[in-house]
Amino acid sequence: MEDVLLIAIATMGGLGFIFAGGLAIADKKLRVYEDPKIAQINEALPGANCGGCGYAGCYDFAVNVVGGKASVTGCPVGGEDCAQDIANIMGVDAGSSVKLLPRILCKGGHQEAVEKMVEYYGPLSCSAMTIVSGGDKQCYYGCLGGGDCVEACPFNAMVMNDNGLPEVIEELCTGCGNCEKACPRNVIEMHPADRQIFVFCKNHDDPKKAKDVCTVSCMGCGICARKSDGGVEMVDNLAVINYDHLDTDKIPFDKCKTHAIGFLDGREKKLLEIKEEQKN
Amino acid sequence: MELLLIFLSAAIVNNFVLAYFLGICPFIGVSGKITSAFSMGLATTFVMTITAIVTWLIYHLLLVPYHLEFLQYVSFILVIASLVQFVEMFIKKVSQPLYRALGIFLPLITTNCAILGLALFMVLKDYSFVQGVVYGVGAGAGFTLAITIMAGIREELDLADVPKPFQGAPITLIVAGLLALAFMGFSGLISV
Repeated sequence: MEDVLLIAIATMGGLGFIFAGGLAIADKKLRVYEDPKIAQINEALPGANCGGCGYAGCYDFAVNVVGGKASVTGCPVGGEDCAQDIANIMGVDAGSSVKLLPRILCKGGHQEAVEKMVEYYGPLSCSAMTIVSGGDKQCYYGCLGGGDCVEACPFNAMVMNDNGLPEVIEELCTGCGNCEKACPRNVIEMHPADRQIFVFCKNHDDPKKAKDVCTVSCMGCGICARKSDGGVEMVDNLAVINYDHLDTDKIPFDKCKTHAIGFLDGREKKLLEIKEEQKN
Repeated sequence: MELLLIFLSAAIVNNFVLAYFLGICPFIGVSGKITSAFSMGLATTFVMTITAIVTWLIYHLLLVPYHLEFLQYVSFILVIASLVQFVEMFIKKVSQPLYRALGIFLPLITTNCAILGLALFMVLKDYSFVQGVVYGVGAGAGFTLAITIMAGIREELDLADVPKPFQGAPITLIVAGLLALAFMGFSGLISV
């Protein structure tokens, strides 16, 4: 009995040893040369594998940077520090990359948007609502409030507020853009972090209807376009800001009755109040 | 003649995938494109052939003389695992695109039951060395045949108007079942 045990141990040990030796030799002979930069860049990347760069993951991005197909500033998550690190590894100049942040271009929450007569019953997901009936709101362009963007955020930087609209927690946001892709209504757009003025509406309805479905919609009156000297253009009943020609002082914030065009922090309302006070 | 029969038996009549239902995982997973499916088939054939050779040698020259037949499972798994490691290194060296196309399924050949099945069947059927090698090549050819047919059908299926609930995995499993049904027509034709 003991013999069998010993022989068995010896046999398995011997076999293991032989195969291990064989593999070790094969590893030496068949080693594939891999650019050490790939590993270094992979190390410098955030490692979230969010896919914000357009490649399958951080490693894939690193391979493409070394291969010259991807830009050293291609990682939207890592920001400037990361781009600088990668540029140092690659020995090129990073330039400056501005961080992109998602902006929610709809202010029509439960309080502002008019709801349909028929209620939506079903999965609380924007994509499902889009397929079935278009959700609860009468507006066919605004935020559905289903939280697909919250769901899509790998960094927990998106939350739903009490008004049924998503909010970005900028400290957590890395600008990967997953929320932008998740939104079936394209209400979320990626903009440079320092950009302050937006049209917070996507409604292309004619003025009367736009006014009926939501109290904060862009009604398409076009006054901002007329006054702003090319800074704002009207596209199919919707004001669209042309950021290249934008002159902040020329935008008539006080003339927009619904405050559809305004600052990110809503400071145009305060400006308006100050103006009123000065008049009085 | 007998060797030819063993080959045909392993490749078609008792096809490992479609008659024994072994190795379904790569059969479903890598059958998206004909080229990668065929390469997967070749890699599996290679592993199967070498496995047949090495396991026959180990079983008949090491395990039987020392009455260690109870070690067959663990030693066979050791052989297969080492071989797959080797094939992985080899493919990475020879063809990077193929290495990336096969992805996770390459290491998964290790746990491909078709290969352990081959080694165990070979012992069960008490084949001689040459018979065993032919059996290994036949089984590999059968796997390649099955996975390539499957990939061909799935490439056509991409263009077909499949009802939404059946798209993806469900229709693939239905196709696999129908293919298996067709191959069942060969059963009993050769009994080796």
